[in-house]
Amino acid sequence: MLKKTCLNSCHIDAGGKMVDFGGWEMPIHYGSQLDEHQWVRESAGMFDVSHMTVIDILGSEAKLFLRKLLANDVDRLKASGQALYSAMLNHEGGVLDDLIVYRLADGYRLIVNCATREKDLAWIRACAEPFGVVVATPGQLSILAVQGPEALSILQSVLNPAQASLLSQLAVFESGAVGDWFIARTGYTGEQGAEIILPNADVETLWQALLAGGVRPIGLGARDTLRLEAGMNLYGSDMDEGVSPIACNMAWTVVHNGRDFSGEGAVQAARAAHVQPRLIGVMLKERGVLRAHYPIYSGDACVGELTSGAFSPTLQCGIGFARVSASAQPLFVEIRGKRLPVEPVSLPFVRHGKPVYTVIS
Amino acid sequence: MAETRDNIRYLSSHEWARLEADGTVTVGISDHAQDALGDVVFVELPEVGRTVQAGEEVAVVESVKAASDIYAPVAGTILVCNDALDSAPETVNEAPFEGGWFFKLQPVDGNALNELLTPEDYRALCAADDH
Repeated sequence: MLKKTCLNSCHIDAGGKMVDFGGWEMPIHYGSQLDEHQWVRESAGMFDVSHMTVIDILGSEAKLFLRKLLANDVDRLKASGQALYSAMLNHEGGVLDDLIVYRLADGYRLIVNCATREKDLAWIRACAEPFGVVVATPGQLSILAVQGPEALSILQSVLNPAQASLLSQLAVFESGAVGDWFIARTGYTGEQGAEIILPNADVETLWQALLAGGVRPIGLGARDTLRLEAGMNLYGSDMDEGVSPIACNMAWTVVHNGRDFSGEGAVQAARAAHVQPRLIGVMLKERGVLRAHYPIYSGDACVGELTSGAFSPTLQCGIGFARVSASAQPLFVEIRGKRLPVEPVSLPFVRHGKPVYTVIS
Repeated sequence: MAETRDNIRYLSSHEWARLEADGTVTVGISDHAQDALGDVVFVELPEVGRTVQAGEEVAVVESVKAASDIYAPVAGTILVCNDALDSAPETVNEAPFEGGWFFKLQPVDGNALNELLTPEDYRALCAADDH
């Protein structure tokens, strides 16, 4: 029996093609994944991400605990509401999960992935024990992401005055609360927008108001191509417990400052290693589509594989992330036995609807 | 419910094949197939003049979801490909039985089409797929 979010009937009413996504019945698209992708780049779309996990860390030792738990340093969150992207590493330096941590007035809020929920909670609770902090999973909450160049203005028009006032004061990567609504200027698309965590009882009303305001529902298919264009990793594809953050383009999120966080020794060893695989952006120079697990060649040597791939609706070509141990050019991808040239490029591919990548020579 | 056409034959791998008045065979994918694939973004078509056997992989359709092989329904020679799909692959979604055709072939034996699934057989196969 699949789990359902509170918006399940709204998805079906909107023509959502429902699939099993990590045990949840979720919409893969509502008719055309390509149209949904373009709509987010050009106007505004909304994503039901209520399957993701909210974990609150509360108590006087919460900061001390998170400085040990996370590879990024929550000490960088100087004011309530600020947010940070981080990896959570095991003792071997592998990525247990990637998450966003928000500083609350009385602690911290983590949003972690859906498929990793039980594993993460077990790990966090075990690590938390010596610190005496509260690890809470607030229930009865839904999460709606609204993204696109029009997202903030349409949101402003449907929120109540207090909520609208809060949203207008938030900068990118800031959050705040009004009553039992939590509003954050974060997202997974490379566009302007917000993510709203709100009581289950309120989510359908917000959905309908946004729909009436011209925001279109967006399925998991477009969510994946949007995040890929935005150069953002997907847990389970681009990184997992066996992968160092250094090998998945997350070195920039790992802060070494003597606080001795979980997995730090292993990360430092990985940084020092002579041959260290790394994750790079690649573009297919011929017509076609890149897909996860296609092998990558540098000259005649297989040097790695794609961890994610898709047809980019914005760039109209195949794009992907490749984990490679060497990137001496020319690079090739093998598709159905044929080797086709790919170009290594900087990430992200697309930001705010426009190509922003540069070719690495 | 996906549309099927009555004047054509089908493969269990969801291609359709239509015997034209001039004895050639036009090949595409069914409405059921395009719906299951989602938006088509690229079609790799065979070389004109290539001789193919029935059941041979001759083309590839790439959608947002997956890459799928297209099989020759009967033995023959590729006569012409639908090059309009290069710039408008979405035609496969919009008109799978019309503008979304993939290629035409000259069959070795036009009667070979009688071996393929009838519209009734194919509808039953799709109905089973949907459950």
